[in-house]
Amino acid sequence: MTITDAHTVAQSSDDPFSAEILQDPLPFQERLREAGSVVRLQTYGVYAMGRYDTVRSALLDWQDFQSAAGVGMTDFTREKPWRPPSLLLEADPPHHDAPREVLAKILSPRSIRELEPVWADDAERLVDQLIEGPLEFDAVTHLAEAFPLRVFPDAVGLPGSDRDHLLPYGDHLFNTFGPENFLVQQGAPRAPELSAWVNAQCSRESLAATGFGADIWAATDRGDITPAQAPLIVRSLLSAGVDTTVHAIGAVLHAFATHPDQWRALREDPRLARRAFDEAIRLESPVQTFFRTTTRDVTLHGTTIPEGHKILMFLGAANRDPRRWERPDAFDLTRDPSGHVGFGMGIHQCVGQHVARLEAGTLVTALARRVKTIELSGPPSRRLNNTLRAWESMPVRITLE
Amino acid sequence: MESPTHSAPAALERPDGRSLVVVEKTLIAASVVSIRLRRIDGGRLPDWTPGAHIDLILPNGVTRQYSLCGDPADSGEYRIAVLREAAGRGGSRFIHDLLAVGDRVGLGGPRNNFTLVPSTSYTFISGGIGITPILPMLHAAEALGSRWRLLYLGRDLSTMALVEELTVGSGDVTLHPASERGRIPLAEWIGSYDEATKVYACGPARLLESVADATRTWRPGWVRSERFTARTIDEPLRATPFEVQVFGTDITVGVGPGTSVAAALRGAGIDILTSCARGVCGTCETTVVSGEPDHRDSILSDAEQAAGDCFFPCVSRSRSDRIVIAV
Ligand code: HEM
Repeated sequence: MTITDAHTVAQSSDDPFSAEILQDPLPFQERLREAGSVVRLQTYGVYAMGRYDTVRSALLDWQDFQSAAGVGMTDFTREKPWRPPSLLLEADPPHHDAPREVLAKILSPRSIRELEPVWADDAERLVDQLIEGPLEFDAVTHLAEAFPLRVFPDAVGLPGSDRDHLLPYGDHLFNTFGPENFLVQQGAPRAPELSAWVNAQCSRESLAATGFGADIWAATDRGDITPAQAPLIVRSLLSAGVDTTVHAIGAVLHAFATHPDQWRALREDPRLARRAFDEAIRLESPVQTFFRTTTRDVTLHGTTIPEGHKILMFLGAANRDPRRWERPDAFDLTRDPSGHVGFGMGIHQCVGQHVARLEAGTLVTALARRVKTIELSGPPSRRLNNTLRAWESMPVRITLE
Repeated sequence: MESPTHSAPAALERPDGRSLVVVEKTLIAASVVSIRLRRIDGGRLPDWTPGAHIDLILPNGVTRQYSLCGDPADSGEYRIAVLREAAGRGGSRFIHDLLAVGDRVGLGGPRNNFTLVPSTSYTFISGGIGITPILPMLHAAEALGSRWRLLYLGRDLSTMALVEELTVGSGDVTLHPASERGRIPLAEWIGSYDEATKVYACGPARLLESVADATRTWRPGWVRSERFTARTIDEPLRATPFEVQVFGTDITVGVGPGTSVAAALRGAGIDILTSCARGVCGTCETTVVSGEPDHRDSILSDAEQAAGDCFFPCVSRSRSDRIVIAV
């Protein structure tokens, strides 16, 4: 519900973190976009933006819209964050510069190129194993979760055990960017245990001698970052790198399972795998939202957001803004999804995007080689999260060549 | 000085905010001009960090690299300071003698091979125009809450640019004009290795050798330096269209001066996935099979650019008439 007044900022009484809107955010996102460039959410007293242009400019403008006060609803200048802030996600220049530089090199397309044959192999073995079993299965557990959990912790260099802690940790972390609602309360009891486990993985001793983790620690030997920063940067990989990719792979699998013609197109031209993944990220926006905080009074399209206020950027709404995208709700492999904001934009743009693309690319390619058709065999169900758009389960049926 | 009229060559009509206009030119020391640059359309310039440089494509076609010495938080303006090198190969003379407010220049980068890494304290040493990358570092050191001191060497005070901007917060600044004070005992001034201190030096080769000598026993990475005479490209940038051929196909696309390679390919129905469209994120990395790329990205090191085996078509172009890429 939205009331617009020519003299004041548009207001909305919707609660985007309610179970109802998290279950299906699309109608709300349309109301948000249509209400204006900047809309005040009355429930929380924060500002929101859902139009592509506005979201994109806010993402680029780190000067006016800072991250160091937290990219969730909590204002770090007033309230203590529940865990030590991220050195990347929750930092502004110049503090952001060195950790970003180090991680960007370690995760660059050139550095991770050597992983491609390894992951392609892993993907083929996973698919081979899978199709030996029943051809009806849950695509979330058997593919979307299974593959990243198989390859990513190895690439970081995590020791073998308890890797399944990664998912609930990420799930809780991404919930905490929202208000302290039922989702945060559900996750809170396990949070200290999971946090302690994640922190314990980040020390130099517990990480393998090769991998992203070891590369981060090697940067301390060159003085590029300090030994105090290294464990927190490893933590960034474990926080931001698992659930995001799982749900992005879930998104691309769902898109194919519901668009058989697009699956056929992919099988005819496997090079479309890369585009398919970014198109699915545009469509589904596994990371739906992030906050910023204004560093001064900022006027956007006639609306002034006062200094020190939280702004909620709806990446998902921007990625379906009809002002920017033709037929925004279609999953369409003839579309060029370049410029979507599903990985963010600007200095905080996802530093792990090439890793995510490689994971998804190798998996989708392996599937396309063996699987002739993929379709839903029952209604999929959502997993609610304050930040992520996720599937809890997705029953599918496949046929083989 | 009378404003010369040169019509900007077509190469300067760069796409995606890659042409800049000179908005201010001021003599700030003997033989040093400060130049302020903005985007023609007034839009946001690519972000940079202290120590970064840009490629400046001058209206006479030559390309020169200059350290940025403004404020990284100012998204609308770049500032560089240029020493007139009479014996140089003409880039700085062109800037001093001919470049005027209102002229257009092309932009490559920014790139940073001289990044400021975290440290409890910093020892900055600059010689002459080598002060330019150091100045933004002083502000960053302040913002990081680190201690710092600066030694600024020059021939004499009149040649030392930016002196009045060096009193930044808590740092200790030593100006050392050789004409008044003679040689400085550099090793003594730097002191002995200390895990909490990193040394940053920028200046002429001779100074950097002295710094290297004085810090032989230091841990690598704790002493970082940049020569201010970096790579230069002398042959004029091509002002004419070139062709991009897709390897293994007979698809050839013409790229005019006003469009990016990615946009030209898109127009021909070949989509290369791009993301930042600024040569920063690396999403559009494309293999170059033959031809000579004209690199404008912020990603590759000098050596990687020189290898010429890949480029980023959202910003980079071609020096040769034809470039063959694999997509
Ligand atoms: C498809 C999967 C993924 C999605 C949708 C995604 C999304 C995002 C988004 C939207 C941001 C920007 C946050 C902001 O602007 O405040 C971001 C930042 C980040 N991502 Fe990802 N991400 C994914 C995978 C990964 C992976 C695999 C890694 C690690 C290997 C990773 C590590 C990070 C880090 C460390 C940041 C913070 C960067 C900074 O602030 O400079 N992400 N991600």
